This record gives sequence, C-alpha cells and structure tokens, in this order.
Amino acid sequence: MSAQVQSKRAQLKEAKLAATAERLEGQSLPAGGKWASAARADALSRLRAMGLPGRRDEYWKYTRPDTLTQAEAPAAAVFANDEAPVFGEIDRVKIVFVDGVFSAEESDALDLAGVEIERLTDAGGKDIHWAKDIYGVLEARGQDPVERPLAAYNTAFASDGVVIRVTGKAEKPVSLIYRHESESSDAVLHHVIKLEEGADLTLLENGPAAARFNKVLEVELADGAAFHHVRAQGRDHERRAVTHIFARLGREATFKSFTLTVNGKLTRNECVIEFTGDEAVAHVAGACLGDGDFVHDDTVFITHDAEDCESRQVFKKVLRNGATGVFQGKILVKPGAQRTDGYQKSQSLLLDDDSQFLAKPELEIYADDVACSHGSTSGAIDEEALFYLRSRGVPSPEATDLLTLAFLAEAVEEVEDARLAEEITGRLEGWLTRRRD
Amino acid sequence: MLEIKGLKVKLEEEDKQILKGVDLTVEAGKVHAIMGPNGSGKSTLSYVLSGRDGYEVTGGSATLDGEDLLELEPEERAALGLFLAFQYPVEIPGVGNMTFLRTAVNAQRKARGQEEMSATEFLKVIREKAKTLKIDADMLKRPVNVGFSGGEKKRNEILQMAMLEPKMCILDETDSGLDVDAMKLVADGVNALRDAGRGFLVITHYQRLLDHIKPDVVHIMADGRIVKTGGPELALEVENNGYADILAEVAA
Repeated sequence: MSAQVQSKRAQLKEAKLAATAERLEGQSLPAGGKWASAARADALSRLRAMGLPGRRDEYWKYTRPDTLTQAEAPAAAVFANDEAPVFGEIDRVKIVFVDGVFSAEESDALDLAGVEIERLTDAGGKDIHWAKDIYGVLEARGQDPVERPLAAYNTAFASDGVVIRVTGKAEKPVSLIYRHESESSDAVLHHVIKLEEGADLTLLENGPAAARFNKVLEVELADGAAFHHVRAQGRDHERRAVTHIFARLGREATFKSFTLTVNGKLTRNECVIEFTGDEAVAHVAGACLGDGDFVHDDTVFITHDAEDCESRQVFKKVLRNGATGVFQGKILVKPGAQRTDGYQKSQSLLLDDDSQFLAKPELEIYADDVACSHGSTSGAIDEEALFYLRSRGVPSPEATDLLTLAFLAEAVEEVEDARLAEEITGRLEGWLTRRRD
Repeated sequence: MLEIKGLKVKLEEEDKQILKGVDLTVEAGKVHAIMGPNGSGKSTLSYVLSGRDGYEVTGGSATLDGEDLLELEPEERAALGLFLAFQYPVEIPGVGNMTFLRTAVNAQRKARGQEEMSATEFLKVIREKAKTLKIDADMLKRPVNVGFSGGEKKRNEILQMAMLEPKMCILDETDSGLDVDAMKLVADGVNALRDAGRGFLVITHYQRLLDHIKPDVVHIMADGRIVKTGGPELALEVENNGYADILAEVAA
C-alpha cells in the first residue's frame, strides 16, 4: 500500500470517527444497570473506536447503512390487516414488545418449566447474574475479523429485551412478538439466551417492532444443547431493521435458525456463528419475498474452530418490481478444524429485469481435510416448466406462484417442526396470492 | 372436432418456415396417426396447437369444436379439452406430483364453471387410475417427473390425461424411450380412454406403437405438409419400405 493511500485511509477513518462522535453526542446510556452498565460502556468504547458504518465500508458495499445510522428513525406507516396472527395457532409463551417496550399486560406469565425468563432491565440491575458472561461478550467476539458497529451500538443502547436461561427441554416455544404502533418509533432490543447442557428451546419471533428496529440476539449453547429459531419479520412496507444473531456452540450442540421476510424497505440480518466444540451442527436459512421498494441483506459469518462440525446456509430470495437482494456469506475454517462440512447456497428468483441480486459467497479454509461447497445463482422462472403447467390448465399467475413456492421450498424445509413449516408456507402462499397479476 | 386448415407456421426467432400449409381433421371417436421423417414438422404441429411460445402462425386456422385455438392461452386450450402428452415431460423440482395434478384438475374445472374436486374424491380417483398404470404411491408424492425413468415419465403423462379427461388428445412420440412392456402399458392406458366423444392425434416415427394403439387414419407428414393420407396399411408400408418410396411417389 502506498503512503498516499494509507494517509487517505487514515483521513477517512478519522472523519468517520468524528461523525460517529457527533452522532452519539448527547445520547446517554440507559441507566439503572450494574454489570450491564459496564458492558454498555465497553460497547460504547468499541463503537467509538470503529465508527458507525458508512457507504465506503466494504461490508456495506451493497446495502446503504445511512437510514440505519442516522439520528432519527425514518417514519414508517403501521401496516394494518385482519389476517390471523403469525404463529397464532401454536401453543407458546408470548412475550410482547410494543414499539420496543416490554408490555406485561399483553404478555403471558413468564412461566415455563426448565426455562428462566427475565426482563433485561431487571437482570441488568442485579449484582451477580449469569447473563453477565454473555451480554455483549458474544457480540464483542463477533467484531473480529469483521466489524459490526451497529451490534455494538445495540449493546450500548438497548433499552429492553429478555434474558432466558434454559436448563431442560422447554415444553413449548417462547414467542417474542414485536408490535409496531407509532409511525416514528425506534426500537433497540437485546436478548440473551443461555442453553445449559442438553437443554432444548424453540424461539419464535415475529412482527415489525418499530419504524426502525435494531436487535441483537446472543445465544450460548452448552454441550448437547439444541436451539430452534423461527422468525417472521413484519410486513410493514416502510419499516427498517438491522438484526444480529451471535451464537457460540459447544460440543454436539444444534443450532437452527430460519427467517421469513416479506416487505420492509430495508432489512439487514447478520448471523455470526462460532463452533467451539466438536460435532456440532448449525443451519441458517432464509426465504424472502420482495416487491418494489425492498432491500434485503443476509450477511452470515460462520467460524469453524472445532472438528467434525456441520454448517449449512440456505437462502432463497424472490424479487420483483425493482426489489434488491443481497447475500454475503462466509465460511471460515480455522487450522485444525478437520472434517468440517460446510455448505452454502444462496439463490434468487428474479421475476423481472428490474430486480437485482448481489451475492458475495466466500470460503476461507486453513484445514486440509474439509468438505466445503457454495453455490450462488440468480435466474428467472423456468419457461419450460411454466408452459408444462399451463398446458395442463393451470393459469399463468397460479403456475408462476407454484414454481415460486417450489423455489423457496428448500429454505422452508430447514424448519424442522412441521406445524411451523406449514405456517411459513401458508404465509408465503398468502403473500403470492394477494399479488397475483 | 379438431380442424386444421392451411396452417402455416414459422419460428419466431428466425426466418424459418416449419409448417407450410397443414390440413387435417380429427373426428370425435377417431384415432389419427401422423408419421413422418425427422424435421417434417410433427412436433411443431403439436406445440403450436397447445400454445407454446416461439412460433408465429403466418396463415391458416386451427379450431377445436369450432373455437379458435390459436387465439387462446395454453391454459384456456387445456380447459377447452386439449391435451398434449409431451415427448419430453418436464421435471419440476419442489412441486409434488399430486399437488400438481390436483391444481390442474381443479383449475380446469373452475375455468369450465364446474365445482372443484374435493381432496377425498381426488385421492380416490387418482389412486384407482394410478394403479392401472402401475404408478405407485411414491411416484405420486415425488416432485413432478424428478428422478422418473423414461417409462415412468410417459406413464405419468398418461395418468394426467386420464385425470383431466380431455376431448382431444395429442400424443407426441409417446413411444420414444420406451421398451416393449412400457409401451404396452402406455398403449393400454390410451386405449382405455378411447370412446365416441374423444379424438386422438398420435404422432410417431415408428409403426410399432400403432400395433398397440390401432389408428383409424394414418397421415404422412413431410416438409411441413401432410403428403399422404390412408388407412392403417399406410403405417405398415412405412414400416416395410421406409419413407423414401412414399416421398418419391408424392414428389413424382
């Protein structure tokens, strides 16, 4: 690197840090925490040293971060509909947040055998708490080798959230419901989940949360623990969201996460997974449907630092009327992570010429006995298949929907629970049917 | 039933005339066969009738029971009672065979203003029909044609035909890629559907399929036209002497 380039970079970084300092001026950390206050202060220092993301950042090359970092949340109309609520038929423990604030009134009693649930604000005020070893800790680990400043921002400023410790097999899912009521709400939530050895939990999340939503979920899985995560992001057209999942897996742990996204002006979902124990499994999948003013970004970073682990990424995007899909997925296999099985698939179905898919799949491997593969494609509806269906009497819009669902099926199949998978498929069908030509 | 008059068709993308004036009438209750050498336009005729993209009609007409087929979308032609058994049935990953068939049956019923078939009734009917075609439950559950052998794909075409009960069936080289046993199974399936209200147009290279599906009328197609029409004996003549003699005779 020439001295000139170096000096230019230093200048840019300096400007970025100055802009970040200005942006954060006058914004104070939430009060009332004991160990949490220390974690927040640490996160704020991390953030000040990194600076908020800008267009020039390589990691934000495809998605503009400005509306996520600016002081005010851009307004977003509340999406009203009279459809059956997502996961409404599932027996679960409901925890409701309205514009990013926990609502005891609307939530169920936080009572579930083998599961301890507390509000972050309560846990943070205690002298000693298990969550201390996770809150902001996994996030901080996830800052290397790629910086994720909006996650550090979250750790510093999160105003609410839940901490959940699971000691056994939870008999029903915990369901986080994010309601959006105010057009200009700006929600910052941070959840921490700890699964003890052999514990098993299904976590559901749904709803838009706010006009702008910044959420971090940190999940620590002890040996043999299993975590199932199914999320349906809210349908409000103008909402924006940046979410991070940081997961650390012990030996023989299982982590499975699926996200459905329809609508939303901007969504960036980051998922950072670290294998620390052998023979663990992590699957991350997503299906998204975007129509028009829609940007959806899946950014995944999986670090294999143990032997015989399996990671699988399956992301499918259906885009039309100028919608944009982004995929940045990386598998890092560290020295000694032998017999790693890494699979990554990201595909888009472009329903017209105006839509675009930007993909950056990456493999970085430092072990010699591994099987890693990745495939990224974008294409249109298969004309042969469409004609075949039409020749049997299926009208063109219906046939297109059938093929679209078929395209998404591989991602939805990652949802293990049949009822939840059915729920997701039903939502996809509903969205497609409402938009038939 | 099916009436084709002076049909002229060229490829949309290039200036190549494929059909140069085809005249053909298939009456209800009859089986017509079209034979002809490669490139004579047989498959093009089947695609144009079913409404596939990529062709431009430059002259003539094609009607089914008086309705102008060429003006209709492929799904409208299907609802009207036209069925094409594909030479190369398409694989559709992710769409279950059963879902596909039920969607098709009910879409056609809806288009005709009929009531949709209930799931139970559909299941009962399809099981029965699948059984006679030796299609097992597994094949019904699998994605459409994915991983099917050549024979299974063709049997699946006939199953679709049996479920949709079209008025006019076009079979495009249904015998290609079939061994003798599979061909017999397919032919039995077709013969079971023969009745006074239904017309068939069987496109084939070889006479052997016609041993099993006995045609009433045989047409020879060459260079985009029907050049000779006769009875079943015409197929035998082709089998014994090839196309050369007939083509020479027509040219003379």
